[in-house]
Amino acid sequence: MRGAFRRLVSFLRDNKAVLIVCRLKSVMLLEVRALQTEIFSHIDLELEASECVALTGPSGSGKTVLLRALADLDPNQGDVFLEGVSRQRFSPSIWRLKVAMVPAEPAWWGLRVRDHFPKDEVISMQLLGLPEKALDWEVARCSSGERQRLAILRALVRKPSVLLLDEPTANLDGSNRERVETLIASFRHAGGGVIWVTHDEVQAERVAQRRLQLEAGMLRETKKSAA
Amino acid sequence: MNLVNLSALDLGLASALILALAAMSLWLSLGLERTLLINALRMTVQLLLVGLVLKVLFAHASLLWIALGAGFMLLVAGREVMARQQRRFSGAWGYGLGTLALTVPSLAIILLALVVLVRPVPWYEPQYAIPMFGMLLGNSMSGVAVGLDRLMQAAWQQRNVIEGQLLLGQTWDQAISELRHEAARAGMIPIINSMAAAGVVSLPGMMTGQILAGSPPTEAVKYQILIMFLIAANTGFATLGGVWLGSKRLFDERERLRLDRLRKVT
Repeated sequence: MRGAFRRLVSFLRDNKAVLIVCRLKSVMLLEVRALQTEIFSHIDLELEASECVALTGPSGSGKTVLLRALADLDPNQGDVFLEGVSRQRFSPSIWRLKVAMVPAEPAWWGLRVRDHFPKDEVISMQLLGLPEKALDWEVARCSSGERQRLAILRALVRKPSVLLLDEPTANLDGSNRERVETLIASFRHAGGGVIWVTHDEVQAERVAQRRLQLEAGMLRETKKSAA
Repeated sequence: MNLVNLSALDLGLASALILALAAMSLWLSLGLERTLLINALRMTVQLLLVGLVLKVLFAHASLLWIALGAGFMLLVAGREVMARQQRRFSGAWGYGLGTLALTVPSLAIILLALVVLVRPVPWYEPQYAIPMFGMLLGNSMSGVAVGLDRLMQAAWQQRNVIEGQLLLGQTWDQAISELRHEAARAGMIPIINSMAAAGVVSLPGMMTGQILAGSPPTEAVKYQILIMFLIAANTGFATLGGVWLGSKRLFDERERLRLDRLRKVT
């Protein structure tokens, strides 16, 4: 029954109207079944549209490993579905566009900020408190906080469905952290799903609707946030 | 043939120069005398042996024996490519990659050279086939080794950059393309430069040998030009093929960067 439904969904997945109906029938935005990597053996996870889940856990518990597995960057087993469609049906590069990860220390390879953004795309820098000419900055001259914000922006402009954030505000001061949280919130309100790794309990409480704790290879739900 | 024959005494006198150099190294405590003498001895033994092998091969010029000799040369060259990489694939790929990259263009080019260009009778005449194949392999081997070594080192060092590009939705091919270009350039530049220096700075060994053996310099030069074209083409194709195949093997079917397939050689 379930298999037949998935086949129907994937058959019709190009049709947006059908997708909206599927969402009404509460197909999860992201669904993870029995995910297995070198450090954990069985992870189940569900993420709804417009939902933000905070992921906490002691350092070394594998939060980054989990995000990398979801982005399919390291070898892993298990089923992952995006809007009911198995990731096996996506080409790897399309999958990583849809389920976009922003690592804790994003890499830069071009000389200028612009080299890391799609060409001919109108990009609003003000959302992050950066001037419009920030696109022409040399990456090497940006502060680590600016780079952090730009890394989130370069993921967002590619219009992902799910955003995997690995401590995105670790290098930011109060006002810039707020800007990032606002930007992520607007992404969420437009239907995006977010998994947000953080060490900051207060922030987790503030940005997330659900809290997950990763410890000793087990993922468990701690409590529902008020938000 | 107006070649002056060398006696054992001539070689012995020449080797005295090496002994003098070893004595100098000992006196200056450079610590090189042992390696110098061992390698000089090794060179002597290897070349005497290969002289005997070639003599036998020339006497029994059958296609089977020549193919066996060429196969042996390919295997040794592949091993040498592997030995010159600081990080290489574990398992069969470590040896197979360089050997395969050398084998495909080298066989095609030597067949082209013998059957279409030089046309000795028979076409596998060892006097032509073996030295030409040796020159092709010796140069291409360096190109492939440099290219692969550069590719693996760069992939290792720039892991974050490659994965960062994958995370922004690039394919494996796009994410590795810059490193692949650099590796291919590194492998091909030496042979390109040596064409520029040929005849002006360096007198290539094959031409020199033919002139010493009494060939007219203009004939020797023609052979040298031919072999330089073949060597440069072979080095280029082997390097491009090896670097491309190696870069593909760095990723798996889900286009993940798999540096765990490499191992460092200590």
